[in-house]
Amino acid sequence: MHIQQQETERHTLSVTVDNEAGVLARIAGMFTARGYNIDSLTVADVTEDDSISRITIVTTGTPAVIEQVVAQLDRLINVHRVIDLTERGNFVERELALVKVVGTGEHRIEALRLADVYRARVVDATTGSFVFEVTGSSEKIDKFIELMGEIGLVEVARTGVAAIARGKEAV
Amino acid sequence: MTTEMSGADILIQALNDQGVEVVFGYPGGAVLPIYDALFNQQRIKHILVRQEGGAAHAAEGYARSTGKPGVVLVTSGPGATNAITGIADAMMDSIPMVVITGQVGTPLIGSDAFQECDTVGITRHVTKHNYLVKDPAKLGDIIHEAFHIATSGRPGPVVIDLPKDVQVATAPYRRTNTSALPHRGYKPAIKGDLTAIEQAIELLSKAERPMIYTGGGIINSGPAASMVLRELVKLTGAPVTSTLMGLGALPASSPQWLGMLGMHGTYEANMAMNQCDVMLCLGARFDDRVTGRLDAFSPHSKKIHVDIDRGSINKIVRVDVPIIGDVGRVLEDMVKLWKAREYQPRDLKPWWNTIKTWRDRNCLAYPASVESGEIVPQHAIRKLWEATHRQQPIITTEVGQHQMWAAQHFDFESPNKWLTSGGLGTMGYGLPAAIGAQLGNPKALVIDIAGEASIQMNIQEMGTATQYRLPVKVFILNNEYMGMVRQWQDLTYGGRYSSSYSDSLPDFVRLAEAYGWKGIRIERPDQLEQGIADMLAHDGPVMVDCMVAKMANCFPMIPSGASHTDMILDPAQVSGVMDDEAKALV
Repeated sequence: MHIQQQETERHTLSVTVDNEAGVLARIAGMFTARGYNIDSLTVADVTEDDSISRITIVTTGTPAVIEQVVAQLDRLINVHRVIDLTERGNFVERELALVKVVGTGEHRIEALRLADVYRARVVDATTGSFVFEVTGSSEKIDKFIELMGEIGLVEVARTGVAAIARGKEAV
Repeated sequence: MTTEMSGADILIQALNDQGVEVVFGYPGGAVLPIYDALFNQQRIKHILVRQEGGAAHAAEGYARSTGKPGVVLVTSGPGATNAITGIADAMMDSIPMVVITGQVGTPLIGSDAFQECDTVGITRHVTKHNYLVKDPAKLGDIIHEAFHIATSGRPGPVVIDLPKDVQVATAPYRRTNTSALPHRGYKPAIKGDLTAIEQAIELLSKAERPMIYTGGGIINSGPAASMVLRELVKLTGAPVTSTLMGLGALPASSPQWLGMLGMHGTYEANMAMNQCDVMLCLGARFDDRVTGRLDAFSPHSKKIHVDIDRGSINKIVRVDVPIIGDVGRVLEDMVKLWKAREYQPRDLKPWWNTIKTWRDRNCLAYPASVESGEIVPQHAIRKLWEATHRQQPIITTEVGQHQMWAAQHFDFESPNKWLTSGGLGTMGYGLPAAIGAQLGNPKALVIDIAGEASIQMNIQEMGTATQYRLPVKVFILNNEYMGMVRQWQDLTYGGRYSSSYSDSLPDFVRLAEAYGWKGIRIERPDQLEQGIADMLAHDGPVMVDCMVAKMANCFPMIPSGASHTDMILDPAQVSGVMDDEAKALV
């Protein structure tokens, strides 16, 4: 007997929650307990009185699983609102990465040239290394990291995705 | 300025304000301040169990039979971990429960202190919500919020972890109005969407082969929901089946009752589910034990699903008309709308004629007990029903064959009389649940229909019944096997009885006597009637050791991985082997 795989989709969810101890554990735990995937997760307090955090979760699953992810998140007492941005369409998502590249001579020049193309900024430099800051879609960052891999990439730190709906409506 | 109270006193005061009458618990180091506060008051009755698992199940039995939340009080570490099974059980079966666990003092949290465990972490997945209280000033509000969350929406267990120093420290307490405490993220839907309800009624009225499938949600919604269900059932003329958890919502004596559905449901209920054209699911959740093979589940029907939990909608079976709301309220709207629009059901005679042919298979028939031969277990349950049903007893069960036989052969006429561990399937549930039910219903006849293996899982609670003079009856169907395990080994593993024999059993009669109970043994069919009469005549707790046919199996049965139409109706159809796909399924 073999386990069968099904077609999956990638969805970006925006979740507002109480800014309380243990909330992240509840959310992460719900995903593992029910066998759902977290591709990326970012969380930060977004209110003046520190009462509410906004979590952006990128998840993959079959359409039925995505529907359940939203419903199960909604069941958590500390969760105020869950919005499936992918389902709604028309949203912006951005990610930031810090990329360390080591090399000398021609490699350094090539690294700077590519960084320019990708609008990456140099945030640290030594005679043998650069740290680039690059912002954009996850695909753009993937591509930048892939290119740097050929030049002297040694380390990457990524923030995960932050996302927001386009237009004047606020959630 | 309000006077300050200790955390322990705040807890007791808040429980009082919530109208709590009974707390099931067990003391220990981290709850000593609370036990001292309990000592100084009379309003709350504390029931000392023999193990914390018993406290949680007793609270479940109390809650399920009274509709009020069950309250548990246990110490930190092992006290909390022992209670986990009962908490998980309450989560699966949506039982309102508030569990107070002691915790080591806040400065010690995280230091691997004596009897410390991460109770909030461990219980996160088996509770509806949980709290670690670090500030006594917040304790009152948290307790009231906990009761609100446990009892509203889809009910469930809530754990409040209370460090010892917070029990001792003082703070002001004010009685909070629960409705003034709406958690921003917690707004359970009560009223269903009217457009969807209209659609549902329209579908039902046009159905040629309607089917109503009810679940534990109707019981949870309160006795009124069962009454409205009866009205809708009359109006629509539709046949009704129920999950294990929903038994009693519709009287078993109703001509429209088809019996329980699912793995050990009746032939007529499962066939009707398979063949219906409109299915109305009321407060049930399409559990795998109910649906059987999913791709063959009720293939021709439009499905209406009423559930208070949005997460239950489209989780397993995709439905055409989802209605999120309290099933009692939605039923009220349905009945109102049906009457206002003067709907008439279509002629359902052909459908009932088909159902009659299924009923005529008489799928619950069992061989008659031969005089002085072995007692047929179904016969024993039927005898128990005959002797007691006029008293409307509360029946609890353990888990296994005896549980399914009780569900099949003990007929229920009203809700809150049937307490069983459905979702989690916890052996050892029945005795403590009976104790809780007896406390909540002092005048009721409470019987735990048990198996000889299950009863041993919480047998220590016999002492609790003795201490509080609770006249619970335990009726053991003793076949000297973990019968359901052995049945599956018969069906799937060529009859290799790996560890399913109940060896080294105690003498249950002498055990009963050792605990101050009455013990009765029934060995032959001709002793059944007298044995049951003796059990009922004794005004204290009784344990009956009823020796039944050792190799009897529970039918009908939808085997692992099969559809509703592929039921095994009698043992002759059992092949004894199964492929890997079926073995892995359920």
